[in-house]
Amino acid sequence: MSHPITASENSVAVRVEKVVKTFPNGDTPTYALRDVSFTALAGQLTMIVGPSGCGKTTLLSVICGTMQTDSGRIEVFGQDIGGMSDAEVTAFRSRNVGFIFQQFNLIPTLTLAENASIPLILQGWPSRKAEEKAAAVLTELGLGTRIRSFPRQLSGGQQQRVAIARALVHDPRLIICDEPTASLDAKTGHHALELLKESACRPDRCVIVVTHDSRIFSFADWIAEMEDGRVVKSCPAAEYRHA
Amino acid sequence: MLRIALLMLFRDRAKYVMLVGGLTFCSLLMTQQTSVFCGIMLWTTATVRNIDAKVWVFDAKVEQVNEVIPLREIEVTRVRSVPGVEWAVPLYLGIEQARLGDGSFQNVQLTGLDTATFVGRPMEILKGRVEDLRLPDAVIIDQVGVEKYRKKGIKIDIGTSFEINDKRAEVVAICHENRSFLAQPYVFTTYDRALQFAKPQRKMLSCVLVEPKPGVSPQELAARISRVPGLRAFARDDLFWTTVRWYIKNTGIPISFGTVVIMGMIVGIAIAGQTFYLFILDNLRYLAALKAMGARMPILTAMVFLQSFSVGFVGFGIGVGLTTLFGLKVLKLETPPFFMPWQVPVAVAVIIMLICSFSALVGLRQIAKLEPAVVFK
Ligand SMILES: Nc1ncnc2c1ncn2[C@@H]1O[C@H](COP(=O)(O)OP(=O)(O)OP(=O)(O)O)[C@@H](O)[C@H]1O
Ligand SMILES: [Mg+2]
Repeated sequence: MSHPITASENSVAVRVEKVVKTFPNGDTPTYALRDVSFTALAGQLTMIVGPSGCGKTTLLSVICGTMQTDSGRIEVFGQDIGGMSDAEVTAFRSRNVGFIFQQFNLIPTLTLAENASIPLILQGWPSRKAEEKAAAVLTELGLGTRIRSFPRQLSGGQQQRVAIARALVHDPRLIICDEPTASLDAKTGHHALELLKESACRPDRCVIVVTHDSRIFSFADWIAEMEDGRVVKSCPAAEYRHA
Repeated sequence: MLRIALLMLFRDRAKYVMLVGGLTFCSLLMTQQTSVFCGIMLWTTATVRNIDAKVWVFDAKVEQVNEVIPLREIEVTRVRSVPGVEWAVPLYLGIEQARLGDGSFQNVQLTGLDTATFVGRPMEILKGRVEDLRLPDAVIIDQVGVEKYRKKGIKIDIGTSFEINDKRAEVVAICHENRSFLAQPYVFTTYDRALQFAKPQRKMLSCVLVEPKPGVSPQELAARISRVPGLRAFARDDLFWTTVRWYIKNTGIPISFGTVVIMGMIVGIAIAGQTFYLFILDNLRYLAALKAMGARMPILTAMVFLQSFSVGFVGFGIGVGLTTLFGLKVLKLETPPFFMPWQVPVAVAVIIMLICSFSALVGLRQIAKLEPAVVFK
């Protein structure tokens, strides 16, 4: 029995092989990633969990190419990130990656529609069309009446929804979230994840969420646990909970 | 993204106003002070600009047009004998005392024109005729003088008489002249009569005005005449610039104006540079987010330059606009002097652009140093 390899359900979206990343720190470098191997599947929400300082953010950074590795190989949707030039990685990111940050990073002087339209504008869309599309996504996320508001007029949960809209507006195939609930209270965080799961998870898309908030583990399809620069456990979420 | 850059700038009201204000102040100070300086330089060269002659001959020790070292009358003949001279005529320049109807004294710039030809005659006659200088006691007085007397309640018109060094003078025409540094009224008369008005001295000739033969350039002729011992000749343009240079070198005027201009620059750099730097620092984490989301450095560079140049442009526009308004206002009053040659706004624009580029580069350095990974922090 053989399946044609497509970007359909459960194909490998992100493959990290034997990646080492150190930071210079006097004579003995800090090992942020020690020989990490890890895969994330399309169609799933993968969570990277672990104690503070274990290298979660570093792993995200090397996956999206904002940070270079010392050695090892990283493939995102079959493309070798390490083999690309700086400009190529940046262009790749603008087309294929959506970001959700812990601090939201919405530009305070731009309206919600303008904020959410930035990934499209970066791809060369005219601003009118980009804002229309952004407004449509914001409306889907329940912010239809606020598209001309500014971020400071919104609650934290609403701001995180704008950030989700911004991450989704250009239909990226990889969504990366670093501690998306850390600036939110438990209930709002729960809602944000619910919304993310509903709107972002699609068969051809891979969502990676870094967190140490165990209350949202239930939203994961797959969980990878890190410790001191290594992935020590990687399994379906159901198994993780039972372990 | 450029639109986004402008929105980020304009909507940050406080910093935008501060930036534009700083650059407005800076360009206003620089253009206004430089224009007043240029105006003063025009005042100091009023005589050169008022008297239309291609070559001017003075005593060899004269360094600028407002300095008079008298020559002997015979020098006119010596100048005429220099090859390339079409004609040469005498000119008398001197500060004399005029006594008004009410008995008060006023210094005037007395100009004696060659009696036969009136070479150096006023260029703009408002009333009367130059030819009437042939009448007895006749003089022409300029508008500055008429105004000065009018302020004292004395009306001067054709037919009015007054005294110069106790000798009777009668106004036959009124002219318009460029005003001089001390704003003394210009009084024109014939050379011969000027000598009668003036206090007698051994040498009375101030200067010889020369027309070169066709095909001989004024510079070339001036060089030839300067070779005659005891004489120094200038082409009109050279006399203008020599005089300006003399004032720049020998007076404190450029230093005081230069200080203000440099202060303006420093204030501009300090306010605009600082504020822009703060603006970039405030936005640094968003710029980092943009970098992570796929904005390449050339795009960010364009954004930052657009931001800094748009405040520069607006600040420059308002600053030069205000200077022009100031200029239009003071030109009517004639004090302080004001002259804005096109080089002044161009130079100020270049300086403002340099300030903006400098601020932008300082900001860009921060962005370039930025690891896109910091957005995850
Ligand atoms: N830019 C850097 N320079 C030097 N060391 C760094 C840098 N970034 C991370 N590190 C080090 O690498 C290790 C892993 O850091 P990382 O930020 O990936 O941890 P984390 O799992 O995301 O932690 P947290 O849960 O607190 O966010 C840490 O020891 C950290 O000190
Ligand atoms: Mg982290």
